[in-house]
Amino acid sequence: MPELREVSCRVNGESRSFVVDPMMPLLHVLRETLGLMATRFGCGEGTCGSCTVMVDGQAVMSCDLPAGEVAGKRVETAEGLDGDPPHPLVAAFLDHQAGQCGYCLPGILMAAKALLEGESAPPSRARIAEALDGNLCRCGVHARILDAVEDAARRSIRR
Amino acid sequence: MTVDAPPPPLADAPLMRDWIEVSPTDGVTFLSGRVELGQGNSTALLMMVADELGVSPDAVALKTARTDRTPNEGFTAGSMSISFGGQALRWAASALLVQMLDAAGERLGRPPRDLRVEDGEILRNGVSTGLKLLDFASAADLSCRVADLAKPKAEGDRWKTFRDIPRIDLKERLVGTPFVHDMTAPHMLHGAPVHPPSMHSALDSLDLDALRARPGVVEVVRDGSFVGVVAVSPLASARAAEWAAKNGTWEATRFEAIDPVEFIAGSTADAETIIETGNVNRNIGRWYETTVSRPYIFHGSIGPAAAVAVWDGDEATVWTHSQGVFQLRKAMSLALRTAEEKLRVIHVPGAGCYGHNGADDVAFDAVLMARAVPGRQVKVVWSRRDEFRAAPIGAAMATRVRALLGPDNVLTAVDVIVNSAPHTSRPGTGGTPNLRAAAYLENPIQPARSADVPAARGGGADRNAAPTYKVDAVRVQRRLVHDLPYRSSALRSLGAYNNVIAIESLMDDIAHDIGVPPLDFRLLHMTDQRSRDVLERIEAGTREAREVPLPEGAGWGLGFARYKGTGGYCAVMVRLEVDGDVRVTDAFAVADVGEAVSPDGVRNQVEGGMLQSISWTLKEAVQVDGSSTTVESWTDYPILRFSEAPRVSVELVERPGAFPLGAGEISQGPAGAAVCNAVKAALGIRVCNLPITRDAIIAAANA
Repeated sequence: MPELREVSCRVNGESRSFVVDPMMPLLHVLRETLGLMATRFGCGEGTCGSCTVMVDGQAVMSCDLPAGEVAGKRVETAEGLDGDPPHPLVAAFLDHQAGQCGYCLPGILMAAKALLEGESAPPSRARIAEALDGNLCRCGVHARILDAVEDAARRSIRR
Repeated sequence: MTVDAPPPPLADAPLMRDWIEVSPTDGVTFLSGRVELGQGNSTALLMMVADELGVSPDAVALKTARTDRTPNEGFTAGSMSISFGGQALRWAASALLVQMLDAAGERLGRPPRDLRVEDGEILRNGVSTGLKLLDFASAADLSCRVADLAKPKAEGDRWKTFRDIPRIDLKERLVGTPFVHDMTAPHMLHGAPVHPPSMHSALDSLDLDALRARPGVVEVVRDGSFVGVVAVSPLASARAAEWAAKNGTWEATRFEAIDPVEFIAGSTADAETIIETGNVNRNIGRWYETTVSRPYIFHGSIGPAAAVAVWDGDEATVWTHSQGVFQLRKAMSLALRTAEEKLRVIHVPGAGCYGHNGADDVAFDAVLMARAVPGRQVKVVWSRRDEFRAAPIGAAMATRVRALLGPDNVLTAVDVIVNSAPHTSRPGTGGTPNLRAAAYLENPIQPARSADVPAARGGGADRNAAPTYKVDAVRVQRRLVHDLPYRSSALRSLGAYNNVIAIESLMDDIAHDIGVPPLDFRLLHMTDQRSRDVLERIEAGTREAREVPLPEGAGWGLGFARYKGTGGYCAVMVRLEVDGDVRVTDAFAVADVGEAVSPDGVRNQVEGGMLQSISWTLKEAVQVDGSSTTVESWTDYPILRFSEAPRVSVELVERPGAFPLGAGEISQGPAGAAVCNAVKAALGIRVCNLPITRDAIIAAANA
């Protein structure tokens, strides 16, 4: 049996501790242990981006990230964007109706958030597309999603 | 135009109570047999009933597809949710409105004809009465027949309270947990199937005791060659199933590993004549010919198929993202040899659908596994590998089009023959379950041979094989190829995608050959004004962009069709650049879908259809080895990525009051055709074997 370990980190601004197999993928801890199910399982092997979260400000795929590696770090998931008012990215996605089935969207939101927080000026459309290239969308909403992220960047990043 | 005949769904569900629930706590709820597949139809359906009542959409609720309550509206497929399901709901809402206004008139001592509704409030001769319409819902007699009372609003009276609204479910999809994957319940368990390598494999050996002893495993289910692992967590079940797949052995019937597209294209099986108007056997003029093929294509949903099931005695409930809850119930009852009444099937959203995917199969897997742990809900989420190996796939096909150009440069005959694997093997059709596991249970039921989709429902392989052009003589033949071991079924637009590409490629080639602009050549063969409008608008809408000089290796292309010959009209123009790989930079569409209930929803569907089609056309091909697909992960099956996505623009032709024609499947054929024609324009090379990869271009250039 794998050895269990207590892992403490901040999740969406709150301190959380859980006892897990430190090799267990973070995705499963988020969904099954912490009940944060907006982060989605798509492939389990880091090829589709559905499970993207932020760890210490960087976008990472949580399906192949061992939970033990987030000890002492800041983890952010899509649930953290659901404020009142919602995060500018969520507002922009709603304004542009940038979604169809929506399965890929929480991962895309987190990849976009990581990009915008790392930029001092609104990034170009090509730069946004590059940052989202690890996230697959099958409904074909790419153009709207790029519009929404561009819009959110203009709203939230001031030169 | 107002639709006078009752919409078809009212035939089997004629009463108001089939469509409406009124409760003191929950207010008015409309019931629809249509399912939300991510396309936004629940928003559009809610808009239609709210508009008919004259209330705000958030004043009423919508409950969709469940066998214990809603009408059976068949599969939610073929872009018919609004045309049929929505019209039926509009009629039901109208009947309710009539009854509520009768009750209000009685209260006020006025004839109901003096009353009307504005934003939920009842007005008498234009003056507020202080009465709310929905307060009279409890007075409704829901045992009445909808068709006896309904007087749906005329076109000019619609959309007074509101016009378009955003998707009611988008916020939840962005930051919430709307999916069957996200359901939770006390003591829920998690199942994973150990799929045989193909549907033609039988389990030879597997140490079930050792499997039962894997970490977290609660129960192992075996029935024939079906094996399922039930465990305490999704990870535990997935890992145990992986262990089983590595440690078990299966005996497989081997098939020859032949190129399926070549095999289908070369089939000499009996051809069935679907359409024959005039005589295509004529020879005055010049014949042109092309054959376009596409490989098998995955639905490729980003979220794998999933379901939750629970047994209570001899009754089961399953939560599923199936396209047809009643059909899934029937299929499972056949496979389990139990009465349909013992099974309850409830729709819950899944990831994007795009056709008959693994949703039904996984629901049955969940039911089989949950039977071993009565009273406990079992959630089953397929692995990505299951998704690529076990789900039905879109049919490979080859379409040959011959066209006879008369002396006056007008087509006089078009002769089309479509060779294709079947485009449907939906659950519960043809008298067999058509569920994957049902084929290898201890008492197996093999799927019936698919008859494809009949022409009356738009056809399957032959969908859009008849050109959307005025031609004297047209013949369409269909040759279904059943001899390949791969399980093909409905993928968005069925045969229309490949057939439209074949026809539109030939239209372009002939136009170029005789030196007529491709758009003008199409207009020459159009008598129908709505088709002309769509083409003329795309011409005008892209003129400015097309005047910009093109770099070397760039080109524009056009594609057009009226979906199924009876549905929405769509013209697409794309601009692309070829530098080894093809990159579409811009995609424009003009669409006429009749009355667009939600114009932005329609635009979103047309955009998505185009981008998905561009992905199919440039990148996608399912690899097979003679008995099953060989794709393991997304790495083996690239789809369009953000950096490859074009800018898109969609213009709708407004047709207020015109019969709604559906939007979800109108753009795939035209978009694919536009890409093929643009590649020809850019390189002078006609690529006929899709997808248009770098290798395919080289092969076509050397052919």
